Amino acid sequence: MKDQHVGTDVAAQGGGDLPDRFANPGVPAHRFRTTDTDQRAAKRAERQVAALFALSAAGSLLFIVSYFAFPLDETFASVERSTWTLGLGLGLAILALGLGVVHWGRTLMPDHEQVEERHDIRGTDEDRAAAAAILQDGFEESGIGRRSLIRNSLIGAGALLPVPAVLALGDLGPRPGDALSTTLWAEGVRLTRDPDEQPIRAEDVTIGSVFHVIPEGLNESDHPLEEKAKAAVLLIRLEPGEVEDDPERDGWDVDGIYAYSKICTHVGCPVALYEQRTHHLLCPCHQSTFDVTQHCRVIFGPAVRPLPQLPITVDEEGYLVASSGFPEAPGPSFWERG
Amino acid sequence: MTTSTTTPTSNSIFGGKAVNYVDDRVGTSKIVRSFARKIFPDHWSFMLGEMALYTFVILLITGTFLTLWYQPSMALTTYEGSYAPLFGQQMSHAYSSTLDISFDIRGGLLMRQVHHWAALLFVAAIVAHMARVFITGAFRKPREMNWVFGAVLAILALAAGFTGYSLPDDLLSGNGLRIIQGVLLAIPVVGSYLSFFLFGGEFPGEVIIPRLFIAHVLLIPAALLATIAVHLALVVLHKHTQFPGAGRTNTNVVGYPVYPVYAAKAGGFFFVVFGIVVLISAFVTINPIWNYGPYDPSPISAGTQPDWYIWFVDGALRLWPGWIGVPGMDGGGIPTEFTFLGVTLSLNIILPGMVLPGLMIGALFAYPFVEQWVTGDTREHHILDRPRNAPTRTGFGVAALVFYLTISLAATNDIIATHFDLSINDLTYVFRTTAIFGPPLAFWITKRVCMGLQRRDRDLALHGRESGRIVRTADGEYFEVHEPLAPAERWALVQQEEIRPLELDPSVKHSPVEKVRARLSSWFFEDRITPVTPHELEAAHHEGGQEGEAISDHESRSAITGSGTQEPAGQQ
Repeated sequence: MKDQHVGTDVAAQGGGDLPDRFANPGVPAHRFRTTDTDQRAAKRAERQVAALFALSAAGSLLFIVSYFAFPLDETFASVERSTWTLGLGLGLAILALGLGVVHWGRTLMPDHEQVEERHDIRGTDEDRAAAAAILQDGFEESGIGRRSLIRNSLIGAGALLPVPAVLALGDLGPRPGDALSTTLWAEGVRLTRDPDEQPIRAEDVTIGSVFHVIPEGLNESDHPLEEKAKAAVLLIRLEPGEVEDDPERDGWDVDGIYAYSKICTHVGCPVALYEQRTHHLLCPCHQSTFDVTQHCRVIFGPAVRPLPQLPITVDEEGYLVASSGFPEAPGPSFWERG
Repeated sequence: MTTSTTTPTSNSIFGGKAVNYVDDRVGTSKIVRSFARKIFPDHWSFMLGEMALYTFVILLITGTFLTLWYQPSMALTTYEGSYAPLFGQQMSHAYSSTLDISFDIRGGLLMRQVHHWAALLFVAAIVAHMARVFITGAFRKPREMNWVFGAVLAILALAAGFTGYSLPDDLLSGNGLRIIQGVLLAIPVVGSYLSFFLFGGEFPGEVIIPRLFIAHVLLIPAALLATIAVHLALVVLHKHTQFPGAGRTNTNVVGYPVYPVYAAKAGGFFFVVFGIVVLISAFVTINPIWNYGPYDPSPISAGTQPDWYIWFVDGALRLWPGWIGVPGMDGGGIPTEFTFLGVTLSLNIILPGMVLPGLMIGALFAYPFVEQWVTGDTREHHILDRPRNAPTRTGFGVAALVFYLTISLAATNDIIATHFDLSINDLTYVFRTTAIFGPPLAFWITKRVCMGLQRRDRDLALHGRESGRIVRTADGEYFEVHEPLAPAERWALVQQEEIRPLELDPSVKHSPVEKVRARLSSWFFEDRITPVTPHELEAAHHEGGQEGEAISDHESRSAITGSGTQEPAGQQ
């Protein structure tokens, strides 16, 4: 196999004294700038650079004055005013300084192109041989090749050392246990409004309305955010007959009031957008769309599983309560959810 | 042994005692001698890497300012600061201290916005710099390892961005973390364990902010600094690449010395970048966390986007269909999540969320080595390829960019839908289609455009520039006078090598690997335009003489032969 494959067309050859390739014509003659040849132009450039530096100083002064002249009070307007003036001052101070230096470099510092030769990156063959000899000598002096007892025990010790290092991280977090499958929902737990935990009567849920729901007692629990991230529920009332019949879910709703997990079965965003006319629930993060009339089956987007339904009923005081927990783990999929 | 030093020149301001004091102890004169007049070539695209470096410095400065007030704690507090709409609300110290920086520290909001804008620009500059390095072939030997360090820097930049983005503990970034947790959970076997380890238990827990904080302000910046040091040391060691041009060869560098002119231009450019970022930050709001509110797992607003550099993962998650079926009938067909033997395998999350980014990053790391293997080119390259002269590589680059931009833009499909009153579903189908068919189409178009540009170069080198002057001969024939190019101009158009595919010697038996390699090589190089040779130019002039090209035989010959034969650039 040929590794070198630089070629010229054989057919193109035969031009007598002409070479196969053009020759590099060399660095072209330097072209002088007007600032090199005209003293007045150079003087003008000098004044421009100085003017930019003066502008920079003015920017710094604007920052200093604004810092004291525009204090922050309780209004958003004061924050805006302060940010604009401080930013304008600081921005000018820095930008004009930079422009000045660049302009100085471009117009007044020598711009003669210079040529520097590259040097071989690799060492010479002599260097390589010497380096290899040094390493080999040291290797032999250390005895690591000869003294196999030292070598093998070192390998053994070295292999074991990372284990304590990794094990030390063992308490980064607890084991999951069944935490991903259990929520505060259980038989008799009231459905309450998010966030103030007002219980909800069935008759308050009018057709077409949506309630954002949390289990009663969530705010007083040990870890309210963690519980909410699993237990958040949407409560929707539909016209009778709008929802497909599913004998398995008989008695899970209260007169057309349905409770579904609000946590997307894709990667866990809240499915908070309800389109009343189509009864679609849309996750704003990745657009998984769930059809409430089909028990929140996925009709579009990256989710696969329907939102789990929370079976509900009414307690003796007329408030909506869960009749059990979720029949399956709510939220995003995980390996052992089954 | 030196006892005292002598003043090198009588009139130098750098010959004083203090300078000699330092030199006696550090040997600075040797360092100055070898580095101060080092030559750097000039080209606007070389500033992209500088821009990445400078925005990183801005991030260090402004980030340090922010840590003076920011509290990385998820413990709850009652907000009593100046922002009235949130007064009295329960929130984490992280969120409340970020509000304080924004509303109660003079210049605090400005610094937050400078930090955020600089971060967005940092990643953008890195991507642009990588694109430049890619399409000019600057990653070729001896710079393959520096490409790898650069790719590591790009990944570290993404990590720095994401960890910082989450620190204010606001609703938007909290949802971002939730998505990360959802993706982690989907990892087979260990997903829920990883999630519980990272978050110290259930999501969101109380430790993720302090953990992200230490990664953001110590671990990742330290890794970035160390990798930048290696990256730049290698640039100095290799000397910078240069674009082809008259006088530029594979064994020299043509440009300006570091001291003083390059230092002034590059140093001044730092302040230009910094100044522009400050001005943008003064007037353009970024990440108004006070509008989002503190993190709560239940509410969310429409139009949730992460920072732009995370879009490609978010977009991929959006585009992957949960059910693969007939277009327009999502929700039927084959599911992409499977439950079997009591476990769940979520391909709808793993493939777009982890496998795809993994493949993209893997391809990034591998490309220089793959190209080197396919082309069999193990020579050193210090002259950059003009992108048109490497059509296959340029095609790859553009195709990769089209894919990256498509899946990135897909993360804004909801914004596009609401702004232009389009169907989100149709948009998603368009993005899915573009992600699949866009890259091959972009590859093909780019390659054709490159070939076309090469043909134009060839034409220009052969026949010169159209002068616009029409001449009528005595016979009544019309022709346009072409002006020949100066040798320096022509050199840029003819300097490239004609690279031919690897050829297998038919008389020898070859291994299947060699055959694959030869096939790839011929695919890589089969479409090529031969650069103009002196002979062809002379032939064209000869022929052109009859057509009336305004060039005498004598002129053409001296222009062609130049100063004599020279080894082709690139031959070692």
